[in-house]
Amino acid sequence: MSADLPAIEVRDLVKTYAGVTAVNKVSFTVARGEILGFLGPNGAGKSTTMRILTGYLPANSGQVTVCGLSVATHSDEVKNFIGYMPENNPLPDDMRVSEYLHYRGRLKGLSRGKLGVRLDEVLDLCDLKRVRHRIIGTLSKGFRQRVGIAEAILAEPPVIIMDEPTIGLDPHQILIVRDLIASLRGRMTVIISSHILPEIEMTCDRVLIINQGRVVTQGAPADLRREVFGHSRYELEIAGDTAAALPAALVRIEPTLHIADAGEPDAAGFRKLSLTTVRDDDLGETLLRALAADERFRLRALNRVQPSLEDVFLASTRRGWDAVDAPKGASK
Amino acid sequence: MRHFLTILSHEIRMLLVSASTYIAAVLFLAVMGFIFAGVLENYSKAAQETSPATVFFQLFWLPVFFMVPLLTMKCISEERRLGTLETLLTAPVTTAEVVLGKYFASYFLYLLLWASTGGFFYILHRFAGDLRFLDLGPLLGGYLFIAISGLFFVALGVLASSLSRNQAVAGILAFTLLFALIIGLNYASSLEMMNLDSMKPARAILDYARTFRHLDDFSHGVIDTREVLFYLSGTVLALIFSILGVEAKRLHS
Repeated sequence: MSADLPAIEVRDLVKTYAGVTAVNKVSFTVARGEILGFLGPNGAGKSTTMRILTGYLPANSGQVTVCGLSVATHSDEVKNFIGYMPENNPLPDDMRVSEYLHYRGRLKGLSRGKLGVRLDEVLDLCDLKRVRHRIIGTLSKGFRQRVGIAEAILAEPPVIIMDEPTIGLDPHQILIVRDLIASLRGRMTVIISSHILPEIEMTCDRVLIINQGRVVTQGAPADLRREVFGHSRYELEIAGDTAAALPAALVRIEPTLHIADAGEPDAAGFRKLSLTTVRDDDLGETLLRALAADERFRLRALNRVQPSLEDVFLASTRRGWDAVDAPKGASK
Repeated sequence: MRHFLTILSHEIRMLLVSASTYIAAVLFLAVMGFIFAGVLENYSKAAQETSPATVFFQLFWLPVFFMVPLLTMKCISEERRLGTLETLLTAPVTTAEVVLGKYFASYFLYLLLWASTGGFFYILHRFAGDLRFLDLGPLLGGYLFIAISGLFFVALGVLASSLSRNQAVAGILAFTLLFALIIGLNYASSLEMMNLDSMKPARAILDYARTFRHLDDFSHGVIDTREVLFYLSGTVLALIFSILGVEAKRLHS
């Protein structure tokens, strides 16, 4: 386990269920201490990939190594490196919180003495102290979710895999979970899957978008925006001779700048325009100065549009309804 | 086998804190007490050739048919239905540890329930004051038979539970397996057809596997290692199939 080895390395992973390809040649690596977000529509193969990473499911082909050990041949050792929270976070309903965490800690090989200290630490970290003696079956969804997260980080494994950890939580609880995950940054490698895109955008260092079993795109959220859209966008509200004079004026400011979309003028004669350019750096100030100085135009508003991860997600997983309705095997 | 004891103690704890265990125990003791009282009533009417213990253990199949499925049907199918089997198997434990831990916890409870019927004999001994009622040989032989045959019966229950995510199906399956083993074999060996010369080998096999014959032997103080081996090998086989069953369901989930 040398330090320069990636925490997780997946190469050409394939998994089929009864003829349906759930995961198709997926490859990615996750560095130590990195937080990776797994994004994809339902049935994209997120949970299947996660289950293969934990060694719960065998893959049809491909290679998965966790901390330098192959999951297929060293599954028992690999289980020690991973804290896993499955989809829907299944918990036994008839146990108390501290009892359950104690049992799980023992299963994960923590000694009794160490477990007592660690249990207090984890309960504190996940804000579960108040409910430590409550029966899990009587807890609210937010508490249950946090019990699952506490269980995953209990043995301080180098890799934590959580399948939709924030599903069903209220905004306050999401904030707590987000801080919790962020606090693991640098110490543990975390993979989370989610549908809540702002969540992923805020907590993750890198995002992997997966659709119909294939990796569509991956990278830091900012890089993804550039990669998927290939340009920056500005929105302005402007009056004057926008049709004839403006394009020429824009080209003088920046050669690749052009009008992508123009709205109808309102009562005061202002129209909403959207401009695109391949330049990444902020042209806002140059644009504002140039247009304000030009007497042919009257500028009211200028705004740089940041495409959200949601736009990236939608753009990269866009698919026609026929592709959705057709059986998966046939669409290949 | 590092985690076997952790799982075993956890499972026993969960059984001992669950209300259903106590309800089952009370019902079990009620039924067994009823049977025992019936046996004693026969003795009060007329002298019998055998001791009460022998007659009591002759009816061992009745509680086995309903207690073993009830005790074991939940153990694996419930975990699978709730999804906690996934969390359990992604912890650093092996399937064998999980199955064996659950098996021995159920077996422990099975023994505990039967051991509690020892109270009947104590009461008889205390109040009848007649030592002839308490023939120690058949009593110990009977309990030994219960302990050894129980290994196999409970293993069959665990096997049934590993095959279905539905508790009811697991329960019915366990009942059917036990019924085939205890009553089915007994019935098959008593068929007229079995008296044919050509059926001699089949007859020998059926006779070897007849549970009632084993009970007779045990209560007469004959501990035949072949019979012990029958139950032990059956237990091992059923447990191996249970482990394979859990593994197969995991691989094809």
